[in-house]
Amino acid sequence: MASRSLGQFYPVASPVHDLDPRAKILATAVFVVGLFLIDSTVGLLSVAAALVALVAVSRIPAGTFLLLLRPVLFIVALTVLFQVLFSREGVTLVEWGFFEVRSGGLSLGFFLALRILLLVSSAGLLTSTTAPVALADGIEDLLSPLKRVRFPAHEVAMMMTIALRFIPTLGEEAEKIKGAQAARGADFSEGGPLRRARSLVPVLVPLTVGAFRRADELAEAMESRGYRGGEGRTRYRELRFRKRDALALVLTALVLLVGVLL
Amino acid sequence: MKHPGEGTRVGGSLAVSCYRVSFSYPGSEQPALSDVSFELRPGEYVGVVGPNGGGKSTLVRLLNGLLKPDSGRVLVSGRDPSTEPFEVRKHLGILFQDPENGLVAPFVEDDVAFGLENLGVPRQEMRDRVARAIRAVGLEGYERREPGTLSGGEKQRVALAGLLAVEPEILVLDEPTSMLDASGRREVLEYLETLRAEKTVLHVTHHLEELVRSDRILVLNGGELVADKTPERLLSDADLLRENRLVLPVVQRLALELGLPPAKLRTPEELAEAILARTESGTRAG
Repeated sequence: MASRSLGQFYPVASPVHDLDPRAKILATAVFVVGLFLIDSTVGLLSVAAALVALVAVSRIPAGTFLLLLRPVLFIVALTVLFQVLFSREGVTLVEWGFFEVRSGGLSLGFFLALRILLLVSSAGLLTSTTAPVALADGIEDLLSPLKRVRFPAHEVAMMMTIALRFIPTLGEEAEKIKGAQAARGADFSEGGPLRRARSLVPVLVPLTVGAFRRADELAEAMESRGYRGGEGRTRYRELRFRKRDALALVLTALVLLVGVLL
Repeated sequence: MKHPGEGTRVGGSLAVSCYRVSFSYPGSEQPALSDVSFELRPGEYVGVVGPNGGGKSTLVRLLNGLLKPDSGRVLVSGRDPSTEPFEVRKHLGILFQDPENGLVAPFVEDDVAFGLENLGVPRQEMRDRVARAIRAVGLEGYERREPGTLSGGEKQRVALAGLLAVEPEILVLDEPTSMLDASGRREVLEYLETLRAEKTVLHVTHHLEELVRSDRILVLNGGELVADKTPERLLSDADLLRENRLVLPVVQRLALELGLPPAKLRTPEELAEAILARTESGTRAG
């Protein structure tokens, strides 16, 4: 089986997994908006503590969860570096030729880094505790009021479901093509970044062509199975917004409120 | 369980009828199908063979309205797929070649439910029908598996379950084993075999041995229906086979080499019996 990549659903039984996807999506939205309203490091730290607790409750191993953050570490490092180098606030801690590290830059860097990490973690917690189908169903449901203004809520959700379904398929195919090209002497690991990017062209072209062929066949299969858009359709999975879902949402809002006030 | 012939309307008791159907793809000079006529009676198991580009896939797509004939008329359970495609698709399901590209949902049970969702079947009924369909293809316990983790044969069985859940009377199999390895092929054929008595089946394939037990075999070549015969008569018509680049299955080839009637011996077991009978009578005579 293909390796579990970042943010992928981690299927274990936990109270967090069990929540209604709509509650989780809304809570994540509240969380993200809240993060941008919080202006103190203490506030962020208190929210971070709550998130750590939530991850523990979700039964996702800490190591697996931390892997989520790896792709953003570069951005985080860059953010901190810029703040440290260019901030002119606070007292000077280190001075070295042109460079000086000031306390203001350091604390602002830390604050921004924490915000980015929390942002990614909250989104990651959502996708790793919610099955893709449930996520799509939840989004469809939340967007369905927009159907009245002709927003294609069902279609958007269906596109998501299909994208999620075919990510592993295309990944596998990319590996296969890479193998085939490597067998003909293509080299994907040598040279500078530009050369390496160019060496991927012979992989991307057949992959794209293949994706179009798949799309055609999928459309035929879907039509043959009576698909005709969202109208008159029923859903196999039932979403039930229970008391605990409301509770989870309220608790999230409260935690964020505390963070903002601190 | 549906019975053959149920839900028929005009057109009498025919499951499928094609009358002088022709079709050309846009921009192509040669017709993909020309003047094809045949009928399927309820409960029949009919094979379709012929070289690539012979018109097999086109025929399949005309049956459920994915394509519309340029001329002629297709009727499925008395309905015209070019005017009532959605109605026809309730009665006729197609199992395509590559199951990988036919599975829509990220989990097995969700995919099996897809056709029922499209029909607007109530949730409780959907649960029962999905469970029954999954049982019918022997995939109990696979409900929460992701398609990516399944073998080719298993994927094709999931696709089959998705069709069976809708409970169509007619099943069209469009080379359903051509993308599978030997064991996947065997496993899919085994489940298709169980449908023989229950459904009207049109089975498109490159492998004649999959059709030795069918009621009739249609041969399509160059867009024309060149034969509509029982397996016995097709298998013993060496000229017809050669003209359409059809290879006699191993059992029949062996029978022919041994001077036994190839068309009468369909399975390896039957051939073995015949060989045994002959050697026994031979020893007795000698």
